[in-house]
Amino acid sequence: MEKTNANEVDPIVQTRLETLVARHAQRLGAMLPILHEIQAEYGFIPSPAISVVAHALNVSRAEVYGVITFYADFRTEPPGRSIIQVCRGEACQAKGGCELEAYAKRSLGIDFHQTTPDHAVTLEPVFCLGNCACSPSVRVGEEVYGRVDAATFDELVAEAKANTEQKAPAADAALGARS
Amino acid sequence: MSLKVYVPCDTTAVSVGADRVAKMIATQAATIGHHITLVRNGSRGMFWLEPLVEVETEGGRIAYGPVTTRDVESLFAADFLHGGQHALCLGPTTEIPYLKNQERLTFERVGVIDPLSLDDYQTHGGWIGLQKALALSATEIVAEVKGSGLRGRGGAAFPTGIKWQTVLDTSADQKYIVCNADEGDSGTFADRMLMEGDPYCLIEGIVIAGLAVGATVGYIYLRSEYPRCWTTLNEAIRRCEAAGWLGPNIADSGRSFHLEVRLGAGAYICGEETALLESLEGKRGEVRAKPPLPAHVGLFGKPTVVNNVITLACIPLILARGGKYYHDYGQGRSRGTLTLQLSGNIQRPGLIEKAFGLTLRELLYEFGGGSASGRPLRAVQAGGPLGAYVPTHDFDLPLDYEAFAQRGAMIGHGGIVAFDESVDMRRMARFAMEFCAEESCGKCTPCRIGSVRGVEVIDRIEQGQNREANLVLLESLCETMQHGSLCAMGGMTPFPVQSALKHFPEDFER
Repeated sequence: MEKTNANEVDPIVQTRLETLVARHAQRLGAMLPILHEIQAEYGFIPSPAISVVAHALNVSRAEVYGVITFYADFRTEPPGRSIIQVCRGEACQAKGGCELEAYAKRSLGIDFHQTTPDHAVTLEPVFCLGNCACSPSVRVGEEVYGRVDAATFDELVAEAKANTEQKAPAADAALGARS
Repeated sequence: MSLKVYVPCDTTAVSVGADRVAKMIATQAATIGHHITLVRNGSRGMFWLEPLVEVETEGGRIAYGPVTTRDVESLFAADFLHGGQHALCLGPTTEIPYLKNQERLTFERVGVIDPLSLDDYQTHGGWIGLQKALALSATEIVAEVKGSGLRGRGGAAFPTGIKWQTVLDTSADQKYIVCNADEGDSGTFADRMLMEGDPYCLIEGIVIAGLAVGATVGYIYLRSEYPRCWTTLNEAIRRCEAAGWLGPNIADSGRSFHLEVRLGAGAYICGEETALLESLEGKRGEVRAKPPLPAHVGLFGKPTVVNNVITLACIPLILARGGKYYHDYGQGRSRGTLTLQLSGNIQRPGLIEKAFGLTLRELLYEFGGGSASGRPLRAVQAGGPLGAYVPTHDFDLPLDYEAFAQRGAMIGHGGIVAFDESVDMRRMARFAMEFCAEESCGKCTPCRIGSVRGVEVIDRIEQGQNREANLVLLESLCETMQHGSLCAMGGMTPFPVQSALKHFPEDFER
């Protein structure tokens, strides 16, 4: 874990985090809604957020960190500009999911949980997208794709790269706050 | 009158191009000057035909599928807007045998209506159950549900009426209804289809549950893998609040119910009810020891009904038509209908709602049409990643909770994943252990450590190291996990492993 001394945090980031947290802090069981809100903004949970959340919910920083690390969705490092999830469920395996998984890793040159060197794509496994009837399935951002083969996968990657080429990573603003 | 064209907005339909088809149909109609009303319905659940386009004609709805963007021009040329003949024409939708041979109760509106139209919902029988419930006492509602014989469709098959009775009988200043929409089992998508295709049905069921036990607040815990459900449910709740079906004064009854959707964060274990409650409270999704039952000490320490999406979606019909009506479907102690989800290596994957008692063979061959690859089927996994692999010689098993349990298998949430003869059952057994290692909450040792050791032992078997001794060790490990784990995750991970060992020993000999 990196240092979370509030004194080192960019005051703009600090204020922004406090605003995001305040949107949900009064709700019962606010932790997950807050973490989703922060991640939606930055693409990951920047380390200064831990103190802000802990303070607002009156829990220890360790508890916040424990929650973040328990759930597969929450990340503590900025992801690539696109997140591509390949389904590993049994229904996908029955229709060539393992081969697709191997192809995805090979063609991108990375393993699961890794990001391509150009920061374009982060590859993640997912255990079921509920798209089992048109397996194998892949999710790119908020969209799910069915009956995906190697050629379709290439198209999806190319499309994702084209869509995000101009987009500066949302995480950039928070990057300064991480060190 | 403008012509109605239906193109599903269901995740799976869209995953194979329904949005593009819808857009092209709208553009083409505008170009030609046809005035059409494009309805984005849920899916009929015949996924090999998706994107399935329907048009409303005087003789009912006519289906075309699977439609790609390349087909749109020729569909217009064939005057499909009036049910014209075309190579993709499937005739009247409800006459397609796959659909015709079903008994759709819970899914009767899915694929038929515009999911977010309150008018559609009402004209297709919506809110009748709630209106009846508002005129009944809590005890009478619970009695109706008990009489229906409904058992939890999430997998555990616990009698719903008994669970509700327990919460009703527990006094507290606040009670909760929690809908488990963390449909994590691979091979299952009924919850998703219902939430995307008929969200008001779920909301109505939740409100009735609230009336039945005296709860005024409800949460839908939705998995983050279902972004479309998130949008649909939130919009559905907003519209219900505006129309007075949710909020401080439901249907002018003076009764209140507040409902919200909460998003999970990619943890399979949060489908286990106590882990789900922990997660809703904002903690790590670690399983709680039972007792106390959630019905006594649940969300925020209050009495809580935790029911699966399909269970709650059965409720409006049970109240509207009576518990007996529902009970008349099914057999033995498995009453009503089962929403089966057929996927994997199968020609016609989809959702099949049928009274309990259908055999696996009928499901796989008459509905499913056998394997997609054309090679013989070898096994099916029933009930998700914790369910047993069923070999072909057990395909005459009727889909019935007790019949499956007697064979060491389970129906679970109704997901059936088919595999052809190319499947390597040792690899599937290894995957079961790997999945458990990945998704274990870590609270109890048999699950957390046992699953890791399970992967290692299966790897040693594969490498031919002390094969006989390691097979014995694997059996023993399975028994330890089964009997020593805190919840079904560790307790049932052995089922796929043991069934693979028992029915496909040859795969472990290589």
